[in-house]
Amino acid sequence: MSEKPKGKLALYWAASCGGCDIAVLQIGARILDVAAAFDIVLWPCAADGKVRDVEKMADGEIDVCLFNGGIRTSEQEYMAQLLRRKSKVLVAFGSCAQEGCIPGLANMNNRREIFDSVYKEGSATTPENSDDVRPQPETEMPEGTLHLPVFYDTLKTLNQTVEVDYYLPGCPPEGDMIWTAITAIVEGKLPPPGSVIGANTTVCDECKRTRTEKKIKKFYRTWQIKPDPDICLLEQGLICCGIATRAGCGGLCPEVNSPCIGCHGPNDGVQDYGARMMSALASVIDSDDPEEIEQIIRDGVPDPVGSFYRFSLASSLLRRKKRSTNGNGAAAATKTKAS
Amino acid sequence: MKRISIDPITRLEGHGKIDIFLDDEGDVANAYLQIPELRGFEKFCLGRLAEDMPNLTNRICGVCPEAHHMAATKTLDAVFHVDPPPTAKKLREMFYNIFFATDHTTHFYALGGPDFVVGPDAPPAERNILGVVAKVGMDIAGKVLKMRHDGHHLIKMIGGRPVHPNWGLPGGVSRGITEEQRQEIEALGRDAIEFGKFSLQLFEDVVLKDTKYKYVDIILSDAYTHRTYNMGMVDENNRSNFYDGKIRVTSPDGSEHAKYDCADYREYVAERVEPWSYLKFPYLKKIGWKGFVDGEDSGVYKATPLSRCNAADGMATPLAQEAYEKMYNTLGGKPVNHTLATHWARLVELLYSAERWVELATDPEITGEDYRVLPTEMPTEGVGSVEAPRGTLTHHYATDERGILTKVNLIVGTTNNNAPICMSVKKAAQGLIKKGTVLKESLLNMVEMAFRAYDPCFGCATHSLPGQMPLEVRIRKPDGQIVERLSQYID
Repeated sequence: MSEKPKGKLALYWAASCGGCDIAVLQIGARILDVAAAFDIVLWPCAADGKVRDVEKMADGEIDVCLFNGGIRTSEQEYMAQLLRRKSKVLVAFGSCAQEGCIPGLANMNNRREIFDSVYKEGSATTPENSDDVRPQPETEMPEGTLHLPVFYDTLKTLNQTVEVDYYLPGCPPEGDMIWTAITAIVEGKLPPPGSVIGANTTVCDECKRTRTEKKIKKFYRTWQIKPDPDICLLEQGLICCGIATRAGCGGLCPEVNSPCIGCHGPNDGVQDYGARMMSALASVIDSDDPEEIEQIIRDGVPDPVGSFYRFSLASSLLRRKKRSTNGNGAAAATKTKAS
Repeated sequence: MKRISIDPITRLEGHGKIDIFLDDEGDVANAYLQIPELRGFEKFCLGRLAEDMPNLTNRICGVCPEAHHMAATKTLDAVFHVDPPPTAKKLREMFYNIFFATDHTTHFYALGGPDFVVGPDAPPAERNILGVVAKVGMDIAGKVLKMRHDGHHLIKMIGGRPVHPNWGLPGGVSRGITEEQRQEIEALGRDAIEFGKFSLQLFEDVVLKDTKYKYVDIILSDAYTHRTYNMGMVDENNRSNFYDGKIRVTSPDGSEHAKYDCADYREYVAERVEPWSYLKFPYLKKIGWKGFVDGEDSGVYKATPLSRCNAADGMATPLAQEAYEKMYNTLGGKPVNHTLATHWARLVELLYSAERWVELATDPEITGEDYRVLPTEMPTEGVGSVEAPRGTLTHHYATDERGILTKVNLIVGTTNNNAPICMSVKKAAQGLIKKGTVLKESLLNMVEMAFRAYDPCFGCATHSLPGQMPLEVRIRKPDGQIVERLSQYID
């Protein structure tokens, strides 16, 4: 690694599952090289967390910030803005920060619907929660007021919140790719700002299965067939997202007979992953009859959002299900009275 | 009224916050643990394909995705009315025990262990895994790293990916294992048994034989005791099982309160909503919610490694059973309601999961080709439970005739312990804050120890490598002005 003076590195997690931080740990002993090249000034998962110290830093004092997780609450929004201001290079690390990932599917709903589902209709809360108690940004208790961050209507990606310099795809990113990115940062060999750090081929290119001509008369659900272990899963009628998904994992899921679910997102130049996926599938349907094509899709793809926008809804051209009000829902959240 | 806010600056900053209120006398009036996050899986999974759930819900937690993956997969068995073949069940249980052994290793060595091994009064900078290594030798670090590496290597080999496996299907799993793979799994499992034995011996040498801190007395002290109900999954002989069985609940005195199929969970467990936390508070429905209090009349229960030991009659493997008996003999018999004994129970479980891993790796059926059966009935509704490392995990789905989800409810491991953790925090605070006098260093560490025993996973909290939980306590005047600030790992 470099013999330059040590840089400052920050890692942070917002609306995420922790898997990205586990992935960083999976670069193994190479983490020592990272420690040799950088002072880690913030990493809540594995080192001292010093948010207050970050607040005191000069703007741009952090050389690189690897930010994972989407933005769902007022607190996460604050951290994104803070770390953007303090960092020279901000990397959207992993699918949540880049695309919204699976938590971004919540953009099919708004806060009220989510709260209804969790606190009212949840089968173990009904009828026990007959008073319809909901979490509130402020609650007056006998001893004083308790505060919660505001839960926004829409989950946003990092670049919908602040400007992002680079993207590292994957749910979570694979250890080797993380290492490639860190090496590029340390050696100053970064691609142009705005780039996704990673391969620009597809999972199909690294999948070991045999491919011939794809002609599909029927799509199957994963529980409906036992696929041949050596032949392309899409050719067998399973919706495998490898065809539209950026390479970099080595084709891990097809290796265990499971279709790619698209966690590395689209390749460069693709604005909307789901649209790309649908267009790729349309080209393999073996029919010229519009009615038959519609039947094949209706039977085989009952949940297009979940199948094609599983990881990317929040960053797609659709972004979210239509809603009647603007804003992030903060006003409505704070107006509601505590039960 | 004076307020003390504890804002942990690690994961719990985003996912947990404690407010302690003092009364006019300066004693603790109340304490609140708030969980400031919600992601809404129960809503946005509606409309999705049921078979996607193992891949959607593992994103609830990147530290224990295997638990959600497995609970979801078992729920799909129920939804699709399909009974997986023996090879599939054995593969799943083996995979799950590999995960369990790996996860318990992380917790004991990185989080819970340092308090005991290095000592509760050691400087915070030494109370971490590096301090453990310094005290007991570099050799240990190598063993711990090997155990974790082996676990993740096998999880990837069997389940496809080291984080977020993509393997479970209704009726089985997507791929079986070869004889060559089986041999490697067995060999690493035998290493894991040795590691489990070694860990219990370390606990005995460093903790039980200690005379300086009198750890056994600390474990048995009132500050860390909560007489609540205990929950855990048991097999047909009432022995602990993490993958499958009935849910058993025992009372604070050890008698059986309930034993039920997870499909009936709604008859036994209800969830309380409080306006000051996004996380719900499960309680025993037949006892009822009486607030954040101990005892037979309160529906509060714990679901932890110690709870599982309490709720079971024993362990199903020989070495773990020996360790189980020794634990109860030392601590005065069953049940043990002392929270800190959870660390000991976790090591008993670590040894069990390693033994079970090898039992299954040497089962003649484990390399069978019959690892999947295709569902043939119309999907409807189903419930599935496993024991997650941090408590009983329950998924409940309903679908339409095409297998599209119409209802989802999840009771996640740590959530079971939401009320007991609040109670433990309050009790630790009460023991340390008297008449306005705050025992500074002790407060931070005692609260930390109360937390750590539960291995809380509020969004996979605290699974941090150095095992530090940066805490900041701010003591405010009633007008909110900060009069004093205590912290560790922060400044």
